[in-house]
Amino acid sequence: MNIVTEGKRKKKRTIPGFGLTMGFTLLYLTIIVLIPLSMVFLNTFTMGFQDFWATITEPRVVASYKLSFMTALTAAFVNAVFGVLIAWVLTRYEFPGKRIIDGLVDLPFALPTAVAGITLTTLYSPNGWIGQLFSFKVAYTPAGIIIALIFIGLPFVVRMVQPVLENVEKGMEEASASLGANRMQTFINIIFPELVPAILTGFALSFARALGEYGSVVFIAGNMPFKTEISPLIIMTKLEQYDYEGATAVAAVMLIITFLILFTINILQWWTGKRFSGK
Amino acid sequence: MLEHEHTVVGKTNDPVIITRNATKEPKSIQWILISIVLLFLTLFLVVPLVAIFVKAFEKGAEAYFAAIAHPDSLAAIKLTLIVVLITVPLNAIFGVVAAWTITKYDFKGKNFLITLIDLPFSVSPVIAGLIFVLLFGLHGALGPMLQSFDIKVIFSIPGIVIASIFITFPFIARELIPLMQSQGTSEEEASLTLGAGGFKTFWYVTLPNIKWGLLYGVILCNARTIGEFGAVSVVSGHIRGMTNTMPLHIEILYNEYQFSAAFAVASLMSIFAIITLIIKSFIEWKTDYKSTKAS
Repeated sequence: MNIVTEGKRKKKRTIPGFGLTMGFTLLYLTIIVLIPLSMVFLNTFTMGFQDFWATITEPRVVASYKLSFMTALTAAFVNAVFGVLIAWVLTRYEFPGKRIIDGLVDLPFALPTAVAGITLTTLYSPNGWIGQLFSFKVAYTPAGIIIALIFIGLPFVVRMVQPVLENVEKGMEEASASLGANRMQTFINIIFPELVPAILTGFALSFARALGEYGSVVFIAGNMPFKTEISPLIIMTKLEQYDYEGATAVAAVMLIITFLILFTINILQWWTGKRFSGK
Repeated sequence: MLEHEHTVVGKTNDPVIITRNATKEPKSIQWILISIVLLFLTLFLVVPLVAIFVKAFEKGAEAYFAAIAHPDSLAAIKLTLIVVLITVPLNAIFGVVAAWTITKYDFKGKNFLITLIDLPFSVSPVIAGLIFVLLFGLHGALGPMLQSFDIKVIFSIPGIVIASIFITFPFIARELIPLMQSQGTSEEEASLTLGAGGFKTFWYVTLPNIKWGLLYGVILCNARTIGEFGAVSVVSGHIRGMTNTMPLHIEILYNEYQFSAAFAVASLMSIFAIITLIIKSFIEWKTDYKSTKAS
């Protein structure tokens, strides 16, 4: 008898206000995010497939996809490698100024992208502090774009990996060492597998952010068609020429790629959750 | 298995020494790794930060303050403040309500709802601007209607505000959801059992529990709103003294080769970014302290 009532009570919502708060959440979400985003696809449907296809396969647009994709991928890869290293040093070692460094890692999230853009451009231009050290041009080339994208994506992998590293069981490392493994073997076989989901999630977030980034890149890129023109800039240029259909078509392709990345992240998180609950 | 345990215990009687040596790298390797990290972070974070201030004061303090006191700069600062004062409170209210809905009730499709809330994080800022041009622009879906009422959204302040709201939409909800999930619903249930109403329960029980998380989200939302460039750039129309926020003003100054003026305004924003990081670290320290005290 008791069990039955308890079961019933659990099904009933004890905290009031579900309808009101859920209603407000969905309304705000629909007005601010869903309706505006759906405009891209609505406008794409009305332009007809042939126009759409012609726009997104223009050589200049295709060149921008390739550039955006390659630079974002390179930057995300660099951020994954250094992200793991930074997270490792910050969680495992002690050194003076560690707290400040730890706080500073989030600078790219706090600093406006336009500020990052003009600063990096000034530093890496041929006569800038860093640019003059190179025998080749960094600013106004794809290398400059990668530098900007490394800057803005730097915190993602660090912040994903750090909590996981803090929670790796010391006992596993001790067991591995007592079974004769050296430090490198322990890292590769015991610690690294634990980090893989966090690294991949951080990589995907950093990649997604880099693909869409505009503010920091637009200054350093030089924006030459076919050479240093990223996809978000193509959208901007088309908008300035009042080519709303063209801008929308390019945006639709980018949005679909973004959704695919988000889908991957969700699968990764589901996989991580399953692994943790499986333990 | 047993044999191994024996050899470990047999080798030395002090297990602490074993742990330290076996799960730590030699000092030399530690310092090599620390040096690589410090070099990388100096190159990518410290040098740019220093450069902003050096370039800002390149022409002296007088030019620096003249650049900031310029009417166009002051108008940009004022507009940025207006945008922040509308955007952050609205997204804070949404963040709290959304996190409450997601963590205090059971319903189907919860994960899908969280994914939808996260969506603006991954949308390119330029696309975020574009969608509001498609909606409210002259040739947009609601454009003709707005024009008949003589309401201007695009190339005007409302457009900047709504694009900013879109960009920073997930920030506060995102911070609160994991926090409120870990706190559960038992305290609220106790309060309701004792006769408090829903709102009273939220105000006296939930809000004190989430205040640090809320502040954390507000700080991040604030920083992003102030610095948003791409989305605002699309919808603002770049009208000097009218629809230029601080980042857009920096762009104009930079493109006109007024480098020290551009960096002067940039340095103001950098000071703000540093304050953001300090408050953020403070909250992290404070909440860590609290959680260790609780356990």
